[in-house]
Amino acid sequence: MRSERPRRPSWERPSLFTRVMATAGLVFLHAPVWVIALYAFTTEDRTYQFPPPGLTLHWFDVAFARADIWESMRLSLLVASAATLLAIILGTLAAFALARRTFGGKESITLLFVLPIALPGILTGLALLAGIRTLGLEPGFWTIVAGHATFCLVIVYNNVVARLRRIPPSWVEASMDLGARGHQTFRYVLLPQIATALLAGGMLAFALSFDEIIVTLFTAGHQRTLPIWFYSELFRPRERPVTNVVAVVVILVTLVPILLAYYLTRPDERGSE
Amino acid sequence: MTPAIELRATRRAFGSVVALDSVSLTIAPGEFFALLGPSGSGKTTCLRLIAGFDQPDSGAILLDGADVTNTPPFARNVNTVFQDYALFPHMTVAENVAYGLRVRGIARAERARQAGDMLDLVRLGEFGARRPHQLSGGQRQRVALARALINRPQVLLLDEPLGALDLKLREEMQVELKGLQQRLGITFVFVTHDQGEALSMADRVAVFSQGRIEQLDTPRELYNRPQTAFVASFVGSANVVERAAAQKLTGQDRAFAIRPELIDLLAAGEPAADGYVQCAGEIVDVLYHGASSRLRVQVDERTTLAVARSESAGGGVQGFTTGSRVRLAWRPGHAVPLRD
Repeated sequence: MRSERPRRPSWERPSLFTRVMATAGLVFLHAPVWVIALYAFTTEDRTYQFPPPGLTLHWFDVAFARADIWESMRLSLLVASAATLLAIILGTLAAFALARRTFGGKESITLLFVLPIALPGILTGLALLAGIRTLGLEPGFWTIVAGHATFCLVIVYNNVVARLRRIPPSWVEASMDLGARGHQTFRYVLLPQIATALLAGGMLAFALSFDEIIVTLFTAGHQRTLPIWFYSELFRPRERPVTNVVAVVVILVTLVPILLAYYLTRPDERGSE
Repeated sequence: MTPAIELRATRRAFGSVVALDSVSLTIAPGEFFALLGPSGSGKTTCLRLIAGFDQPDSGAILLDGADVTNTPPFARNVNTVFQDYALFPHMTVAENVAYGLRVRGIARAERARQAGDMLDLVRLGEFGARRPHQLSGGQRQRVALARALINRPQVLLLDEPLGALDLKLREEMQVELKGLQQRLGITFVFVTHDQGEALSMADRVAVFSQGRIEQLDTPRELYNRPQTAFVASFVGSANVVERAAAQKLTGQDRAFAIRPELIDLLAAGEPAADGYVQCAGEIVDVLYHGASSRLRVQVDERTTLAVARSESAGGGVQGFTTGSRVRLAWRPGHAVPLRD
């Protein structure tokens, strides 16, 4: 915790204009989220009239009673877990291969790994759909997982590679020098060092997968993940606030891991030692 | 007696840079051996080859008579103290020291006992529960030593062991390392760029330059009888007089080295002792070092000689100022002829 910040010189202090604009920017970003949360409690179910005529917990009962919501929630959680696990394994392997070694074509391989996150989702989705059709596969759970793993992998890879580059080569040499086999060096020296990076990358990957819709639309077949459920719900006039209730739950489910990831990867004295 | 370490015509190149050029070397058991040289001279490559972190392109490496050229580091009975200590930050000091036992499957209680003994040996008995970042540089260095010694290696390798320490600590550690080596009786091989360190600690020193061993000798021989211009100037910073200049001064067509403290400094008109080699010159600069002073005297267009004057021996530098004309003289026997 920082105590008593020293007074900064006048030319470093923000002007009133800067403060107003910064505040306005933050309000623009976050106000809609609060509006969504607010309308989860409204007593009026068709139009979003402001202010809400009354507040109720009724929509939570309705939402929790609907099987389709639970089904979609379950599918999204399963997909996100599977995609994250796959990404952790493959991303870590890729990071170890590419962090230190130099070999021909390394730059191209690195680019190919990172590309899926820069590529528009619609392209990834189209390409995957074409691939799935060509191979004669039935779109479903595993095709969604594969689609999500393409960009989840990048997140894990980037986190782990950054951490590995901060580990002095002498640590691995010292471990070998003292008699450790490769798997022991990994288990006792490297894994403790990359653990928080794995956790942070995994949580971020989970959150990305959980609310992904574009790639999912192309790869899901008849399955409905939670984002697809939202999308289809928009066209139903009834029980509008139910979507808001689910949205609040989704915000909580994604916010917690992202906050955790943020706190876990802050540089601490031990890691930077 | 089987040598502790033997390198046979070992060569290692990185791309077009030849780091080690066909080096052969024998180190006896129990010897305190220094690999001395400037950066890029091949001394560190040599150490890494012995440790097994790197493999030679050609040649062989033998430990205690056995060829280990293709043996990985974890299977060699050699341990290393790294320049940056390479302590594992997520382990306590005691866990760091016990690491070599842990990976060999020794039980926890036995590990703790031996780690405690080792920490006592390096006078850090109370620090086992701390983390490496809570220790000072000198303490970390001793932890690294304890960790490397716990597997009872035949050979201990030290990479610039004192490089990161301040002057006072460096002198203490020199004494401590020397004492430790004598008590344990194992072979120590250390890399250094500091000739003072090499001379004061080692039994023998290999001076490296450009991937080759320039000279391998005892500290005394290296200092008094350098064979090449490189050794003469690198070890003890002697003056090197090149052939052309040497011809004019001594009449002999051979380069030689002369130590700054063996040159007499005389006023312009003062006669030198009989039989001394002498020459005239002009003082370029005077540097005061406390116990001694160092002057540089230009004796011809291409030759400048350093002269050391001890303050206590009545050899102050009063009266000798930049630009003044002086005479230099030395006993012919003090000039060491050099190989080309």
